[in-house]
Amino acid sequence: MRKFWCLFFMFWPIAAIVYSAMSPAYGWWFPGPSLTELGQRIDNLFYLILIIITVVFIGTQVALGYALWKAAHNKDEKSHFSHGSHNLEVIWSVAPAVILLFLALYQMDVWRDFRVKAYFPEGTIESPIAEVTARQFEWRIRYPAPGKKLQLKPQPDDLYAVNDLHAPIGRAVMIQLRSEDVQHAFFLPHLRIKQDAIPGQVIPIWFKAEKKGLFELLCAELCGWGHYKMRAQLTAEREVDFQDYLKKLQADQNYDGFPASDSVAKKEE
Amino acid sequence: MSTAEVALGHDHEQTHAPDTHGHGHHELSFIQKYVFSEDHKMIGLQFLFTTLIMLFLGGGLALGVRWQVAFPWTDLPILGRILFGDAGGQMSPEFYTMLFTMHATVMIFLVIIPILAGAFGNFLIPLMVGAGDMAFPVLNMLSYWFMWPAILFFGMSFYYGGAAAGWTSYPLLSDLRQSAPYSGSAQTYWLLAVTFVGVSSMMGSVNYMTTIINMRAPGMTLFRMPLTIWAMFITAILQAFALPVLTAAGFMLVFDRLDFGGFFEGIHSTFFIPSGLVVNNAEPTVGGGQPLLWQHLFWFYSHPAVYIMLLPAMGMVSDILACMCRKPIFGYKPMVYSMSAIAGLGFIVWGHHMFTSGMNPALGMTFMVSTMMIALPSAVKVFNWIGTIWGGRVQFNTPMLNCTAFVSMFVVGGLSGIFMASVPTDIYFHDTYMIVAHFHYVIFGATLFGVFAGIHFWFPKMFGRMMNETAGKWHFFLTFIGFNGTFFPMHMLGIAGFPRRYADPYLHPYLEHLMPLNQFITYSAILMGFSQFLLVGNFFVSIFTGKKIGRNPWNANGLEWTAPSPPGHGNFDILPVVYRGPYEYSTPGQVDRDFLLQTDPPLRKTAGSVTTTPTSHH
Repeated sequence: MRKFWCLFFMFWPIAAIVYSAMSPAYGWWFPGPSLTELGQRIDNLFYLILIIITVVFIGTQVALGYALWKAAHNKDEKSHFSHGSHNLEVIWSVAPAVILLFLALYQMDVWRDFRVKAYFPEGTIESPIAEVTARQFEWRIRYPAPGKKLQLKPQPDDLYAVNDLHAPIGRAVMIQLRSEDVQHAFFLPHLRIKQDAIPGQVIPIWFKAEKKGLFELLCAELCGWGHYKMRAQLTAEREVDFQDYLKKLQADQNYDGFPASDSVAKKEE
Repeated sequence: MSTAEVALGHDHEQTHAPDTHGHGHHELSFIQKYVFSEDHKMIGLQFLFTTLIMLFLGGGLALGVRWQVAFPWTDLPILGRILFGDAGGQMSPEFYTMLFTMHATVMIFLVIIPILAGAFGNFLIPLMVGAGDMAFPVLNMLSYWFMWPAILFFGMSFYYGGAAAGWTSYPLLSDLRQSAPYSGSAQTYWLLAVTFVGVSSMMGSVNYMTTIINMRAPGMTLFRMPLTIWAMFITAILQAFALPVLTAAGFMLVFDRLDFGGFFEGIHSTFFIPSGLVVNNAEPTVGGGQPLLWQHLFWFYSHPAVYIMLLPAMGMVSDILACMCRKPIFGYKPMVYSMSAIAGLGFIVWGHHMFTSGMNPALGMTFMVSTMMIALPSAVKVFNWIGTIWGGRVQFNTPMLNCTAFVSMFVVGGLSGIFMASVPTDIYFHDTYMIVAHFHYVIFGATLFGVFAGIHFWFPKMFGRMMNETAGKWHFFLTFIGFNGTFFPMHMLGIAGFPRRYADPYLHPYLEHLMPLNQFITYSAILMGFSQFLLVGNFFVSIFTGKKIGRNPWNANGLEWTAPSPPGHGNFDILPVVYRGPYEYSTPGQVDRDFLLQTDPPLRKTAGSVTTTPTSHH
């Protein structure tokens, strides 16, 4: 039985490693490579941490398994008598401290670039492309009219959409996030972006999508019974398509009941 | 022989127990003995029975959650027809939201915290420090009976539909009645219940600190205390300093929610309510509060609470591991210092729950550094546990297996925490299943395996009988497999961006392919859940049929093993006098046995070899 339990405790880390290694092949991994350069940097940090903790995981589990195995086969009459070792304590305090401090300091610039306003890319703060307001259980989006700037208060010519956020690719854009009722979180998994929407606060988020496509936008902070169904979509498209979209939105919003050609004809009369 | 033992040679005058003999003379009525008992052992057992029952309630709620995530909108087996007959047997999303809220609530406030501090703290502290009882027996009794209003109010919360704002109860979901279907009375009762749990914990905490500081047996210096006692001491300090903040925050939220109607219509505080919010088409709110304030106050308690849920288990595992490996604990003082460091740092890391909350980004950086640093004492502890096993003669019994699992699982929980401690990766992992995997590896993988070890280890002291080894090993084996099958794949769900608290995640195309994995997780969870019947079955049957044993079945060193099993009123028939720390196993040169009780007088040299002087209780 002793051997069985030793093997049991050695077997599970192996199973865990094998399982983790085959996960990407089964799709139990990131939903595709990040769409943004900043997200790519987050992924790189993830892989750096993953390598470090995998080494530590294997190291500690092997040490544990080996110690058990040795102890199970201990032929001595008594256990080895020791109250500890000062040198070992110093080594295994300093080594993790160095690694952890390195990890903490190494990551600060990614966080700074993501969240500290002074480091936002140029042009983002001056002209946010949209205001996203979360409410139970949908996302309301307000764009400024083409050629105008987004104001804090809604303007008469603002353009509105629900659960459908459009953004141009190839340039850094910023949105203003707010909540109309309870707390929500703006989560774009493909862009590795998450930011809570706090009632009573306006929080800026910037991103620079590199590729065209449709991507899920979800709520990541419990906001009530319908939390799971706050489904929206980010359409990342070329700049011209984005401008066309805004124009179409404007045309739809100003539609007065007559086909566009009729109103032109009326004016000519 | 250590110098400490020699130094204590003078401490030989037999100080007779001052008041322990004073009790036990008059007969106690049934009510005094078993219901409103002031005896710490009975109170500990009351806590243990209550929490074991609650463990099943919490586990049942968890299986309900797992059912919905794996098989959304299908009939819930067995209970579906009864609970939601009019909906064809499938649960509603608001019911699901309630389920995970109450699962966390029950597990944290009615299982983990009371089983560690309440059950083991009560039972072990006086026995292990050599006291006849707690410093304040009546307060101790009240600390148990204040759990009952809490349980009653949680029951009321269930009756009114169940609180459904997450166990973290972030405003405004928890603050405004119109924000959720059950957010009326259910949420208010929930807050009152949490307050009562807090009062109960606070009473316990005061008692533990006083007992440990003032009532140690002669010779029991601070650095001769077992690590369990150190852990309980540090936990009590954490509770004393962190809990008032939660209690205050809870009352603030209650005052925000109060609405008496009539003349007082609309009169309530607005600590967490900003103005101008339109919730569920109600009229706009009036206020000047800040929802983030709740998060700060809540996590200022609840992060230290994470260590309240872990430290006692760390202490117990240290004691059991040393005994089962027949070795002194490796690095006793580093273990004490690392626990103190965890507790100290535990007060300045709460912001890591709020990296994505919108607080000042500079705070994110400082909290990242402090959080990374708290991994350090945890690492030191793991290395010391492995060092304890190293070179030992291990006895592979149920307590030892559970302790090994504790170490092994705690490593995983600690390492996955690094993803959350670092702010940039936390942006992605916040509120995904990575978090769920992480804290279950710590709270279940570490704490609960430590509790299983503690139950099997101290059961003989509680009831004078052994638990069944075969059942204990099967319970461990099945729980371990079920546990890893349940929680390890959740790391992968987290990496895939699978959000927490979703009633139907498959509404989102990028998550659709994760359903089979979730079904596997649910099957594992069912295995794990049903394995617990082995534990309680073994527990309750062994109370009556287990093998009877003497005072010290494990050949352990602690003071509790010098008392009768089970100890009578007043605990010790011989007042213990302590000569050494509790970890002197396998002392070289000692020929007759491989352990030295804390009460054994210093070894005598007789003709070349050293023997233990016979003590009166062997």
